[in-house]
Amino acid sequence: MSNLLAKKMKWISVLALMCWSLQAFSQSTADDIAKYREMIADGNPSELYEMAGEELWKKPAGPKNASLEKCNLGLGPGVVDGAAAQLPRYFKDTNRVQDLESRLMTCMETLQGISLQSIIDAKFGEGPKKEMDAIVAYVVTHSKGKKVQVSISHPQEKAMYEMGKQAFYFEAGPFDFSCASCHGSDGKRIRLQDLPNLTTREGAIAGWGSWPAYRVSSGQFWTMQQRLNDCFRQQRFPFPIYGSDVTIALSMYMAKNANGGIIQTPGLKR
Amino acid sequence: MKFFLSILLALLWSSTTVYAQQKQDSQFNRMMKDSFRSQGIAGLDRIVQDATQRFCSDPKFASSPAGLKKSEELQKLNMATIAPPSDGQYLGDWKNGEAIAQSGRGDTWSDSASTPNGGGCYNCHQINQKEIAYGNIGPSLWNYGKNRGYSQEVVSYTWNRISNSKAYNACSNMPRFAHFKILDQKQIQDLMALLLDPASPVNQ
Ligand code: HEC
Ligand code: HEC
Repeated sequence: MSNLLAKKMKWISVLALMCWSLQAFSQSTADDIAKYREMIADGNPSELYEMAGEELWKKPAGPKNASLEKCNLGLGPGVVDGAAAQLPRYFKDTNRVQDLESRLMTCMETLQGISLQSIIDAKFGEGPKKEMDAIVAYVVTHSKGKKVQVSISHPQEKAMYEMGKQAFYFEAGPFDFSCASCHGSDGKRIRLQDLPNLTTREGAIAGWGSWPAYRVSSGQFWTMQQRLNDCFRQQRFPFPIYGSDVTIALSMYMAKNANGGIIQTPGLKR
Repeated sequence: MKFFLSILLALLWSSTTVYAQQKQDSQFNRMMKDSFRSQGIAGLDRIVQDATQRFCSDPKFASSPAGLKKSEELQKLNMATIAPPSDGQYLGDWKNGEAIAQSGRGDTWSDSASTPNGGGCYNCHQINQKEIAYGNIGPSLWNYGKNRGYSQEVVSYTWNRISNSKAYNACSNMPRFAHFKILDQKQIQDLMALLLDPASPVNQ
């Protein structure tokens, strides 16, 4: 616990430094990020989330007063090492392709008796979603340095990949945007924010492989579901339901494109 | 001969794949329908596509010979939606135009219907060289009028481009600002001045 406190103190001072430099050098986001990376070379503020997540994973909770230690993320009950690297994938028990967050929801429901709807309805960063953030941070840290390795050999996985591709190019709404409007070619920026080309292997590794991430600008840990949610907001689309198939299909599309790339989660972002 | 051959090939291709395609489309449509909910001003009607959007969602077809022909049709359709300014004035006030170009707000579920929309032009374009935080999805508009001149032809082309970019390029990445009422006439006049008033900083 005192270790946790010491870490907390360290991050508070790093964050204060960041805020100062954000104002001083706000001319170039890229420069800023490079500076932050330097300052916190031995880690990133996600460590706090990760530690909280490990506690939540092991602590009995919910109406059934059970922990998540028997949760099967695809490599067997309780296996966390490398689990995030092979998601999304098809699960026989739910007969669905699931990403990390929808799979964790299944575990929370079946093992702990927590209602799915309460998780879906919570605001990002609050209540059950705040706990989800921490658990996600814990799980993805155990795939850091591993290779993205998703399969599309099951017919449902293949179908999800194809639908994800279709969703990526699906243009609609008052701004005529699709994901491809912003992430469909190399070297593009919105203002000063670099946009990876998610249709290429290199771009998909940069994008898929570095999320979930700690966002310096908002001081929050964001999961991939939240990243996609905010992109859909900028796309002027209606609200994607948490854990819905379109979010999983898009994740499958990006993950498959990133296959073989080294995972660098939790990332550190603007 | 080449023409007939390509029609024949297209027919053959479509008859074998049409069933698989329909099956996939219905699964896809169900997924889209089940995956979203409305929030604030962003209703579910936003994922109902018009003909141009549907066409551009299939980039493989769009870049095929048949697609190129179809894109000309769609461009004509989009051109027909453009109205010239009702008061005959193309140029407004470039200072307001700069503010509209800077603001990227509007039309998301976190915006309210009553706050004025921006054009978000700097998200995609360099405009005034002084603003270094510009995106590059679109071309640089620095010295727009100075480079092109201020003829009526340039003026109406620019009016049309901002109003409905898909009149020139069916799958343009630029939003159709007048067509979807993102901006009103006065705002477009002000943006026009930013690009085409000889006194605008853009043309120095
Ligand atoms: C209108 C522009 C826009 C659209 C449309 C859009 N995005 Fe994004 N996306 C962004 C921006 C801007 C960022 C970077 C945000 C930042 O730096 O804070 C981003 C970041 C991302 C990232 C993380 C990339 C990285 O390297 O950190 C992923 C993954 C992503 N978007 C996926 C998608 C998907 C999938 C869609 C479609 C559902 C989509 N985006 C639609 C603007 C957009
Ligand atoms: C999401 C990206 C995006 C936004 C936002 C955007 N544009 Fe564009 N714009 C483009 C692209 C891309 C082109 C290139 C033409 C094409 O692809 O159809 C373009 C072309 C243009 C052109 C024609 C340039 C030429 O050389 O013919 C003008 C003028 C223009 N934009 C003005 C604006 C203004 C004014 C705004 C804001 C109200 C704006 N644009 C917002 C992407 C954008």
